[in-house]
Amino acid sequence: MTLVDALRRAGIALFAVIMLGAAAGDPADRLADPAKEAHARALFRDVRCLVCQSESIDESEAPLAHDLRQLVRSQVAQGRSDDQIRAFLVSKYGQFVLLAPKPSLGNAILWVGPLLVIAAGAAALLARRRTAADLAGLDAQEEAELEKLSREETI
Amino acid sequence: MIDELGQFALILALALSLAQAGFSIAGRLRRDAALAGAGEGAAMAAFVATAIGFMALIHAFVTSDFSVTNVAANSHTAKPLIYKIAGAWGSHEGSMLLWCLILTGYGAVMASARRLPFGLKAAAVATQGLLGVLFIGYMVFASNPLMRLVDPPFQGDSLNPLLQDPALAGHPPFLYAGYVGFSVVFSLSVAALVEGRVDPAWARWIRPWTLAAWSFLTIGITMGSYWAYYELGWGGWWAWDPVENASFMPWLMGTALLHSAAVTEKRGALASWTVLLGIGAFTLSMMGAFLVRSGVLTSVHSFAIDPKRGVLLLGILGIAAGSALALYAWRAPTLKDEAVFAPVSREGALFLNNVLFAAATAVVLIGTLLPLIRSAIDGTPISVGAPYYNLTFTALVAPALIALPAGALLAWKRGDLPVALRRLWIAVLAAAVAILATCGLVTPRSLLAACGVGLGVWVIVGALVEAAERVRLFRSPLPEVGRRTLGLPRGAWGMTLAHIGIGVFALGAAFETAWRAEATEALTLGQTMRLGGYTLRLDRVAQEFGPNFEAERAYIRVTDASGALLCEAAPDRRLYAAGGQTVSGVAICPRVLDDVYVVSGEKRLAANGAATYLVRAYWNPWVRFVFAGPLIMALGGLISLTDRRLRFAVTAKVRAALAPAAAE
Repeated sequence: MTLVDALRRAGIALFAVIMLGAAAGDPADRLADPAKEAHARALFRDVRCLVCQSESIDESEAPLAHDLRQLVRSQVAQGRSDDQIRAFLVSKYGQFVLLAPKPSLGNAILWVGPLLVIAAGAAALLARRRTAADLAGLDAQEEAELEKLSREETI
Repeated sequence: MIDELGQFALILALALSLAQAGFSIAGRLRRDAALAGAGEGAAMAAFVATAIGFMALIHAFVTSDFSVTNVAANSHTAKPLIYKIAGAWGSHEGSMLLWCLILTGYGAVMASARRLPFGLKAAAVATQGLLGVLFIGYMVFASNPLMRLVDPPFQGDSLNPLLQDPALAGHPPFLYAGYVGFSVVFSLSVAALVEGRVDPAWARWIRPWTLAAWSFLTIGITMGSYWAYYELGWGGWWAWDPVENASFMPWLMGTALLHSAAVTEKRGALASWTVLLGIGAFTLSMMGAFLVRSGVLTSVHSFAIDPKRGVLLLGILGIAAGSALALYAWRAPTLKDEAVFAPVSREGALFLNNVLFAAATAVVLIGTLLPLIRSAIDGTPISVGAPYYNLTFTALVAPALIALPAGALLAWKRGDLPVALRRLWIAVLAAAVAILATCGLVTPRSLLAACGVGLGVWVIVGALVEAAERVRLFRSPLPEVGRRTLGLPRGAWGMTLAHIGIGVFALGAAFETAWRAEATEALTLGQTMRLGGYTLRLDRVAQEFGPNFEAERAYIRVTDASGALLCEAAPDRRLYAAGGQTVSGVAICPRVLDDVYVVSGEKRLAANGAATYLVRAYWNPWVRFVFAGPLIMALGGLISLTDRRLRFAVTAKVRAALAPAAAE
């Protein structure tokens, strides 16, 4: 928690700077090869600007975001794979640096949680299944009631 | 003097809320109409008292009364009048007062609603009063907006320049009208549990409140999104930032609630689920208030952080939501829910909507909270950001949109899917044409984005088919169609519009995300750069002065491929002397559906000594749809709200049917 706190405080201090607008595409920093530059830009979107408030390094103009961009660019220029670059960033800054957390036991709830909701819904629907006779469609009385509810006072 | 009067009025509002709760509870227990009536009167008086306190704060801001702590910290004499007024809710304390004003306002309207059965109304007014006690008590004791300073400064610290924008006048009031609107649904849900009765009439009573809250929240979120779009200067409209998520969760649950309440109203089914959603929507609103204000989350949008007071907000959340959910666990099993329906039916389709929206809410909730939980449990800071949400959220919402047009055409209780699909042939055709045309005409080719465009067209045409089916267009003689069109309830029009709105949004979101273009160059005066089919030329850079800032403004000519002038963009960089912050002002050249979005950056010297200016520009195609879609949805909600069936009360027939229950 202390790391997060420290980063947050630094982030607040940098608040004014961040708002100057992103400069991820700064011509002075770009890689010569447009394909590699585009590749690096795609990676930027998955990397967190550590001192910012929930921004990727693609969006932030904080000095640290600039340093991280140059780090990623140099790795891309060296021909490293995306996984190698991500692993390198994690070894240096921890999981916090990745905006899409790597699936692990502690993160499983991110994917399992929504699936559990769907499973619970399916189970509830199955539990509601009644005999075929109940499902014969609306009877005359229900039909009249529904018609009344749907059209009441509107004509 | 006026400040003390306002202070007094706020304390009075707290006392009146206590009286509101006390009288209503006593009135309900003794079945005494006079006592319950006193509770209703107290609810209206609490609103008047809160309004007086609110006026006093506005007065302090307008007159720049720096002896009030809140004004000294958030205002400045040089600030334009609109920001002095809107600044009243630009801070933590002021926005809490706005929250309380809206809370008591809704409470007063509910207290004046006639025709609600005695027991339900007394219990709901009591619950609303207890919410008032919690929030007004918090405001008076821990977050007082009218606190005086012993030693008033000569000048104020001014408002965060990012907040000095016309949107500040509209975004928070709409957002809060949405958040807090769910408090009435919460109170009516708690009251239904107390009374042990959830029937179609109850579902109809909560609908106007749900519709109002949902529509305002939709407008508020859209305004916030547009505000961030043109203010933050990164060219995007949604970042899955924790604060955005905090406002989005009540919206998702409110959307589920609108649909499940329709099932309860029309068929009496899903009763206990609807009550749970009614409690959940306001619980998520309160959680949003806690997350945004406590500083436990890092966000670009947080503006009023105080961890100590955050703990108190967490306490309020725990008391209100905890007791409501405990009551639910105790009473919900006794609610009757006997209506049956086949999986393929209108109920089944609305149930599917609910499951998917509940899962989408879970995605946002877990994604927002897991980083907090993980750092509390094992101290591992992790991040959950846009890449996670884009994937999981799209995977849940796309099926909901695919199912929507067919679901809306199914009959209640037992539907016939093949028949519904046959009626939708024209929507299928339109979607297929849209996908093929998008794949064929737009480069670079993206099948996924083309499918997104097709999905939008499918939903829009599907909604039109559904409306045509209702009036039997092409299937009946024209006079009959005309008669049916005139006789269609406003709620039906509202639903059609809302569904068209989500389709329009899907079109824009898919297109803009896939085909936006970006260019950044360091330009000397007179130099040009290309952005997609457009050419941008930096004409001149000038020093200019605003009311409370100094700006360096770039003038950039934007021309299209044929050389025709599109606009003269004038983005700037503003230095606010009062706080020392620099803020960039974005220039947007709107086309019919697209934006050319220009941001000017720092001045640099090139190698040859010439001065260059960094210019960053985006072309955001179809981005208008992204903002227009939700506004169409909100319009649909507001039109439904004017449906005579929903006027805060019930129709004569339902009332007659309920008379024995109300008189028991």
